[in-house]
Amino acid sequence: MASKSWLNLLTFLCGSAIGFFLCSQLFSILLGEQGDTQPKILHNDPHARHSDDSGQNHLAGQMNFNADASQHKDENTDIAENLYQKVRILCWVMTGPQNLEKKAKHVKATWAQRCNKVLFMSSEENKDFPTVGLKTKEGRDQLYWKTIKAFQYVHDHYLEDADWFMKADDDTYVILDNLRWLLSKYSPEQPIYFGRRFKPYVKQGYMSGGAGYVLSKEALKRFIDAFKTEKCTHSSSIEDLALGKCMEVMNVEAGDSRDTTGKETFHPFVPEHHLIKSYLPRTFWYWNYNYYPSVEGPGCCSDLAISFHYVDSTTMYELEYLVYHLRAYGYLYRYQPALPENILKEVSQVNKNEDSKVKLGNP
Amino acid sequence: MLSESSSFLKGVMLGSIFYALIAMLGHIKIGHGNRMHHHEHHHLQAPNKEEILKISEDERMELSRSFRVYCIILVKPKDVSLWAAVKETWTKHCDKAEFFSSEDVKVFESVNMETNDMWLMMRKAYKYAFDKYSDQYNWFFLARPTTFAIIENLKYFLLKKDPSQPFYIGHTIKSGDLEYVSVEGGIVLSIDSMKRLNSLLNIPEKCPEQGGMIWKLSEDKQLAVCLKYAGVFAENAEDAEGKDVFNTKSVGLFIKEAMSNHPNQVVEGCCSDMAVTFNGLTPNQMHVMMYGVYRLRAFGHTFSDALIFLPPNGSDND
Repeated sequence: MASKSWLNLLTFLCGSAIGFFLCSQLFSILLGEQGDTQPKILHNDPHARHSDDSGQNHLAGQMNFNADASQHKDENTDIAENLYQKVRILCWVMTGPQNLEKKAKHVKATWAQRCNKVLFMSSEENKDFPTVGLKTKEGRDQLYWKTIKAFQYVHDHYLEDADWFMKADDDTYVILDNLRWLLSKYSPEQPIYFGRRFKPYVKQGYMSGGAGYVLSKEALKRFIDAFKTEKCTHSSSIEDLALGKCMEVMNVEAGDSRDTTGKETFHPFVPEHHLIKSYLPRTFWYWNYNYYPSVEGPGCCSDLAISFHYVDSTTMYELEYLVYHLRAYGYLYRYQPALPENILKEVSQVNKNEDSKVKLGNP
Repeated sequence: MLSESSSFLKGVMLGSIFYALIAMLGHIKIGHGNRMHHHEHHHLQAPNKEEILKISEDERMELSRSFRVYCIILVKPKDVSLWAAVKETWTKHCDKAEFFSSEDVKVFESVNMETNDMWLMMRKAYKYAFDKYSDQYNWFFLARPTTFAIIENLKYFLLKKDPSQPFYIGHTIKSGDLEYVSVEGGIVLSIDSMKRLNSLLNIPEKCPEQGGMIWKLSEDKQLAVCLKYAGVFAENAEDAEGKDVFNTKSVGLFIKEAMSNHPNQVVEGCCSDMAVTFNGLTPNQMHVMMYGVYRLRAFGHTFSDALIFLPPNGSDND
């Protein structure tokens, strides 16, 4: 009797197992109708690389991101490199002991690397950063004195190592490639300097300190000479204005840094402040200072902008990302500036053997 | 003998009922479990640089024109400032962009969905778009006005994808067993997915207007559930380095995080060079992105791209 009920239990269990199994098969068949109509999903699997499935009808000319790998494999920097050799720029960044970690560090991590030579100028020397010690005090009223000493240092140690000498603040973001494009049209033997031109107080105008300014070799020589011959005064609490006055006295021309469509390249503020109409109130000093007609909105700023000011640490990296990394693939920019003549000749020599389709890669 | 067979039959019945109950409760889980592994991977070898240069400019233009992207932006009256920014910026680069609003808003042109419910808005918008434009566009991109999109990079990403296949792409999130594309990063559907979706929209069992048993599911999750029934599965879009190209955060936020997580590799570790979307931008930031993406660049850095995209007519901020 016991074995019979045992057998019953066994068959019961078998039955339930089979029932379970049959039911699952039934369900999957019913739902499987949907599954079968679902054709193969094409995956762009960047992780595995296996061989091509040639049986499919795919778009020709497919571009796999693998080939580009971070988009820099496909990037041609010949022209930029050519200009790097031709237009040597020494950058010096005005900073101070309190700002090395807060500000100067981010300059060093981003645009400073693209200068042919970069120096960080502080009141005190710091061997680790490194900074040059100017042996001055810190503070807004010391700015001009620091500037003079900084240029003196550069003149004494690096005059022959560069053609142009750029001053920037530790909250200025500079796009060196675009600066080289501007300067490639001029000779370092010309007494000229560039920046964001302001009109008050100085007849030929002067360059905004924060937006950064750049002196030709000849301009630097004349600036240093001005103090030896006492043609310019050492004392002033307004650095950019004082330098601008001195430039005028020494017959150094205040250059026009605008691009070929008349758009400004050196900017005293961050892009947002210039691009957004009415961001800067009409009563703001800025509107009365600009040498050239002020523009807000998209016409404010050149595609080949050279500098922005009041750039905080986050914005330094954001600009670095927007300028040197993120782009719109295949986009034909509206503004297609010409290459400087001499560069054009050299580059076309180099590209003589390459396919002329390179013309699509217009900077 | 009789008692054995009867107990066997009882067993079969019990087993079946037991399975049916489980299947009902774990509804989605069991039924579709097998489907996940039916994906086949197709990789095409990329043409190298020399090959790209051999493709003529005309061929490149033709290839570029083969992508027709229709943009759906779902807006509400509270979004007006973002709506304006989006309208003046990236949507100009869609082949066509239309705004779908919960109600009519003065001065702003939109298709009125006449509902405040996001999922209903989404369904109606997809239906409208499909009914009207299924023969004119092969890719459909849906976004909120907090998102900034680079349509050229979207087209580049789609370069080897056949729109007659069911694609559902974006920034995916896994919620339990459901993998869905987050609406915040933008949702991309191929025309085939649109077809499948639209055939299900009328079937309340598959694609209910009120989804979720106990609480309301977000509209992007509801869409995923619906698409799953149609055999369409979410895929996360990544570049060659595995970085997401559809982002639910802004550049600024990525940078801030990078500055604290990997301060020595801030920009390198940040975001894809070929990013398609960023989210959480203010209207001003949209204008800055427009300048940063379509205009601001470093002179002397050139690229040989397989596609060519011309600037849109009547626009001055790109």
